[in-house]
Amino acid sequence: MTNTSTRGKILWAIVTVLVLIYALFPVVSILATSFKAPSDLTSGKFLPTSGRATTSNYEQILVGDAQGLFLSALRNSIGITLIATFIAVVLATLCAYAIARLDFPGKKLVLTTALAVSIFPVISIVTPLFNLWRTIGLYDTWLGLIIPYLSLTLPISIWTLAAFFRQIPWELEQAAQVDGATTWQAFRKAIVPLAAPGVFTTAIIAFFIAWNDFVYGISLTSTEAARPVPAALAFFTGASQFEAPTGAISAAAIIVTIPIVLLVLLFQRQIVSGLTSGAVKG
Amino acid sequence: MTSAIPAKTTTASSTEPGPRVERDTGTGNGKTKKPQKQYSDRVRAERRLGWILAGPAFVIMLLVTLYPILQAIYESLFRFRLTAPGEREFIGLGNYAVILSDPVWWSGLWTTVFITVVTVIVELVLGFALALVMHKALKSVRGLLRTAILVPYGIITVVSAFAWFYAFDINSGYVNNWFGWLPGIDENLNWFAQGPTALFVIMASEIWKTTPFISLLLLAGLAQVPDELSEAAKVDGATWWEQMRKVIIPNMKAAIMVAVLFRALDAFRIFDNVFIMTNGAYGTEVLSLLAYRQSISRLEIGLGSAVSVLLFLCVLLICFIAIKLFKVDLAGSQGGK
Repeated sequence: MTNTSTRGKILWAIVTVLVLIYALFPVVSILATSFKAPSDLTSGKFLPTSGRATTSNYEQILVGDAQGLFLSALRNSIGITLIATFIAVVLATLCAYAIARLDFPGKKLVLTTALAVSIFPVISIVTPLFNLWRTIGLYDTWLGLIIPYLSLTLPISIWTLAAFFRQIPWELEQAAQVDGATTWQAFRKAIVPLAAPGVFTTAIIAFFIAWNDFVYGISLTSTEAARPVPAALAFFTGASQFEAPTGAISAAAIIVTIPIVLLVLLFQRQIVSGLTSGAVKG
Repeated sequence: MTSAIPAKTTTASSTEPGPRVERDTGTGNGKTKKPQKQYSDRVRAERRLGWILAGPAFVIMLLVTLYPILQAIYESLFRFRLTAPGEREFIGLGNYAVILSDPVWWSGLWTTVFITVVTVIVELVLGFALALVMHKALKSVRGLLRTAILVPYGIITVVSAFAWFYAFDINSGYVNNWFGWLPGIDENLNWFAQGPTALFVIMASEIWKTTPFISLLLLAGLAQVPDELSEAAKVDGATWWEQMRKVIIPNMKAAIMVAVLFRALDAFRIFDNVFIMTNGAYGTEVLSLLAYRQSISRLEIGLGSAVSVLLFLCVLLICFIAIKLFKVDLAGSQGGK
């Protein structure tokens, strides 16, 4: 490789820095905003004026006036997202196992349906759900969001997991069956341990998608009972009507970004392989 | 559910994609030659298990999409406002006539199409560059690059929208200050007070957030171009650009098409960025926002449903064009062939 020459190394250093700036700049930007005092917001500077950086925005949403609004939204987001992710991954695991492993008519139909659902415009589903949820009492409840979140998380989970499962050495299952295990036992004992990393990766991707939702969040909730963070951010108001909620929103945005950054830092390799294997041949 | 599946053909299954695992015979190619009777119980059991396992996910996917869209089609035929439920009245295609004769629909459609085309083109170029960087990167920085690139992918769109909004905002922003030396930018420029500049920031946020996805798809495509091909081209004296154009890009056409289609469909549904930054003001109204405003804000369920159905038809049309005209093989892109 010619890459290893000194000139190549410098070139790579520059490219790496450029990519880092591209990927992280907006995050750093809102991070800087989150430490600005209200009177410092209009400074026109990127960083808070030195000596005036403050954590008051975080205090406001975590222990201050806005905590009711933010903490309940955070609780809703975490609860709803985790439950929806869990259900989607369990159902998708069973479904993808059948697709990768078993021979049954309609297999292609299931995959095509998953694809069709994933390209479905969310807003087209929201109007009828809004109406229906109000009628049957699911409006503004956790369950009322968990169900539509499945439409976001199930398709990609099925495709990603089916791709993972196709790479598993199934002879092990066969061996277990030869040893007298039933199909179900063979699945549980021989395959689950092998499939676990794929399932885990899928769970991360599904979590990202559910965590990101905004349309369902603002359309199917109206109060703190179920409103998730992205929707709550859009309805944040300032401490007084003359004060823009810029600082509080920035601080809240940083807090909900922390889990994303942690997951990415810990599992970047798995996430990349999950995203690419699910979508493209191979 | 399972009893409805006819336990008839074993040959039909051979058309299914996906690696076949021969577990009944040790000879390999025994699919059609299997004595039918001997295995029919087993085949039937397998089919049943297949539907037991895949069924719940399948039914839920249908329930959360097929049912609502049918309901939307039905409700789009009525004049129906939630605030006046008693005045519900069947008006056939009346709602569609109202929408299609309203300039708001058409300007929303063009804005949406404009955003879709511009973002997809920019993302394709930028995503390809990022994919090349990740593909060629030295081992020592590869992990770092991938981690960095996944941050925008994972970040909440609303958070991205606020980050870009606050950076450009006339009160809390610093962009006017930084780029004041550029013609047309000064400290009084309010980016969100007119269409073109507002769209610029909206698209910047959209592009920033979704390019990683496209670049990962392209990276997977790049990995499938055999190294020998570009090596051979290099030996033959092809320049870098010629290698790209004649060897690499043609060999990853399938991956490019899939990436473009997925992103186009996604961009066509744009909602979050517009809602946060302008809420559709100054000619930035997009179709999803129009549907939202009709049904959720104004409770005009009939009109809102009709917009939803039209939006759905647009998405179908894009798919149809991609699959028929450009022969994008979505189902085949899945480990099949």
